[in-house]
Amino acid sequence: MKKTIKFLSVAIVVLCVSAFTINNSEKGDGYKIGDIAEDFSLKNIDGKMVSLADYKDAKGYIVTFTCNTCPYAVMYEDRIIDLNNKYADKGYPVIAIMPNNTDVKPGDNLAAMKQRAEDKGFNFPYLIDEGQKVYPKFGATKTPHMFVLQKTKNGNVVKYIGAIDDNYKDPSAVTTKYVEEAVDALLDGKEVKETETKAIGCSIKV
Amino acid sequence: MKLNVLIIAILLTVGCSNKKKSTDVSIETSAEIIKEHTLKSDIELEIYDFEGFEKFLNKKDDKIYVINFWATWCAPCVKELPYFEKLNSEYEEKNVEVILVSLDFPHLYDSKLKPFIEKKKLKSKVIALDDVDMNTWIPKVDESWSGSLPATIIYKNDNSKFFEQSFTYEELEKEVKQF
Repeated sequence: MKKTIKFLSVAIVVLCVSAFTINNSEKGDGYKIGDIAEDFSLKNIDGKMVSLADYKDAKGYIVTFTCNTCPYAVMYEDRIIDLNNKYADKGYPVIAIMPNNTDVKPGDNLAAMKQRAEDKGFNFPYLIDEGQKVYPKFGATKTPHMFVLQKTKNGNVVKYIGAIDDNYKDPSAVTTKYVEEAVDALLDGKEVKETETKAIGCSIKV
Repeated sequence: MKLNVLIIAILLTVGCSNKKKSTDVSIETSAEIIKEHTLKSDIELEIYDFEGFEKFLNKKDDKIYVINFWATWCAPCVKELPYFEKLNSEYEEKNVEVILVSLDFPHLYDSKLKPFIEKKKLKSKVIALDDVDMNTWIPKVDESWSGSLPATIIYKNDNSKFFEQSFTYEELEKEVKQF
């Protein structure tokens, strides 16, 4: 009996995930600039659930979809840590979300995420998008994929979508730090100039 | 010994950067390059910045071009490569050419990309695109491309279609047949 229940629940999860994948095969879904981002509750590497609403004092958030296994994401790890160092105290903490299906990418499972966070000294939550329900709402397509949200009385407004900066290879050769410019503008009460940028990344594994 | 390795590394680096500047010269000699592939263990890789690469997206010679953006580190890209290879060989006589555009990291061209090309015996033309200013060139490939890999363009003259997805051979063949 127990086995049947276990099997059934696995089957249901598989069905849900596959139904979901099909629904989401259309491109162009997800938040646009100016949209209100829904809050989420996702498991952190320490096992605790994290929501945006937990950050009472935040003025906004630097949400990054990232993972262990994508070389581009790895190249940006230190820069994501730097972002949190620079902006968490100013009211824009980094919230990292790992969106991949860990059956496809076991190197991104919770244990591996925990290990990676320890090795790199992540100073921000590293959440797992179990069931892969959150990244499609954002319209994230790859890792790394950044979203800057501004907390307002109406909700968390999407203010920037795209890359971290304009040189993945060499941090010292970067000419425009897109995310920093966006957050700086918001902190100054100004509008973000460049609201969307493009960069190569690894497709999110479904 | 260590010094030797260092010297070789420097020579390779210099060799590559020279190559980049002289890429225009070697475009029309792809047949020769393929020959070289089989003869030499050291593959001559054509490396382009976007400006140099753009001509591969704008050929107007009534041929159907299948341009696949990939990288050795991209698992779904590697999985679908055999389908592109198959298409290239089976449709060679039908005016179809596959070009595999690698977005591998330049510092891994010698240690990863070239050995991969050899090991998999890739017959399609492989070129490398090295241009960090992605926010400028990605929309020029296609306005809708978010930047995730794999991605593919199929075009013939002014008619083109862009795909930010993985392919099966059947899907790929079906799309090509529509041109």
